[in-house]
Amino acid sequence: MKKRIFIIGAGLVFGVLAALMVNWGNPPNMGICAACFIRDTTGALGLHSATPVQYIRPEIIGFVLGAFITALSFREFRSRGGSSPIVRFLLGAFVMVGALVFMGCPIRMLLRLAGGDLNGLPALGGLIVGVLVGIFFLRQGFNLGRSVRFPALAGWLMPLFMVGLLLLAVFQPGFIKNSEQGPGSVFVPLAVALAVGLVVGFLVQRTRLCFVGGWRDLFLIRDTYLFSGLAAFFVAALVTNYIAGNFGASGIYHWGFDNQPFALNDHLWNFLGMALVGLAVTLVGGCPLRQLVLSGEGDTDASVTVIGLFAGAAVAHNFSLNSSSAGTGTWGPVSVIIGLVFCLVIGFFMREKAATA
Amino acid sequence: MVEIDLRGYECPTPVVKTMKAIEKNPGTVITVLVEKESSCDDISRMTQKKKYSVKVEKVSGDYRLTLTPPILIEYH
Repeated sequence: MKKRIFIIGAGLVFGVLAALMVNWGNPPNMGICAACFIRDTTGALGLHSATPVQYIRPEIIGFVLGAFITALSFREFRSRGGSSPIVRFLLGAFVMVGALVFMGCPIRMLLRLAGGDLNGLPALGGLIVGVLVGIFFLRQGFNLGRSVRFPALAGWLMPLFMVGLLLLAVFQPGFIKNSEQGPGSVFVPLAVALAVGLVVGFLVQRTRLCFVGGWRDLFLIRDTYLFSGLAAFFVAALVTNYIAGNFGASGIYHWGFDNQPFALNDHLWNFLGMALVGLAVTLVGGCPLRQLVLSGEGDTDASVTVIGLFAGAAVAHNFSLNSSSAGTGTWGPVSVIIGLVFCLVIGFFMREKAATA
Repeated sequence: MVEIDLRGYECPTPVVKTMKAIEKNPGTVITVLVEKESSCDDISRMTQKKKYSVKVEKVSGDYRLTLTPPILIEYH
């Protein structure tokens, strides 16, 4: 019961912070988004050349380092890996492709709904269908195999990479790119973003809050523990948006499908993009935020998934897979179909023939 | 008595494999070995819903759960 109260509290705090991030300077309808922010960071490193989305987002650094410090403090840091890294890398890449077709990770999907953007509804439907297909494979014996313990250094690499990113964000050497217009040019001050990231990293490490796991456990084992955190997050973000005056005449938000900031108004591809996210995330075992947090806990398999997310973002923008407010990218729909087929093949062929016991 | 070693598996595999072991062996005491406290919590919540009694011991850094089905609890 204590744990349940803690995860609801964590969801409430995260929901309030995520909504307020827009008032503090992040792009409207994009208070916190693990996928968008990894994409922006990928662009800042020059791995894609979409100039409106290039900025090292300190929130990402905070998620990993917050989880790292918390895991060390609570003696839960365990360096481990070796569980199907190449499959995780590709699943991570396709999670990003699906997210950039919908234009948001499962966190931003809830935030968009809490900001009146009803394009989140077909996306939510797609996410749930993706999760249900993933559960079908889990019940059929799908898993990515056991990990083994590694020397501590291996688990420190992703947190050290994030420290390196932080140094690049602070000192801004010439090769780091920064958007002059577009969502990448709109951000909260570095210290605020980092602090919020650290707090969220702590909360997610302690509670295991996962924006896909909540739905998965609801259907798979009829358990509402993780879901209660999601529900609290959504309610807190919605109430905060009303209290902060973000709705209404002077506000930035309105209810509806049209003219939503940084959003695609295309029900089919919002649905299918998020179905890809739901399926790939269920197979890989956690949403993008959760993967960042696990990578801070020493899980090098999650670190590989995170690198897959970066690679997916680079590919998506280099090859015009990503959507924009104007519509889906040239190759977005076909890449979602390829991603769905890939996930179905992985789900089918990576089942254990004889289940344990 | 059925024993399963689920060390090294990440969420949600431990809970799924425990669920399958219960479905295959109804009315049998099942012991499960897991590495993480979170797996331990998940399995406890899932099995308590099925009215199993759960005993958790810490064994050299891992967690051993003894899951006793409701039909056997009544006999003791």
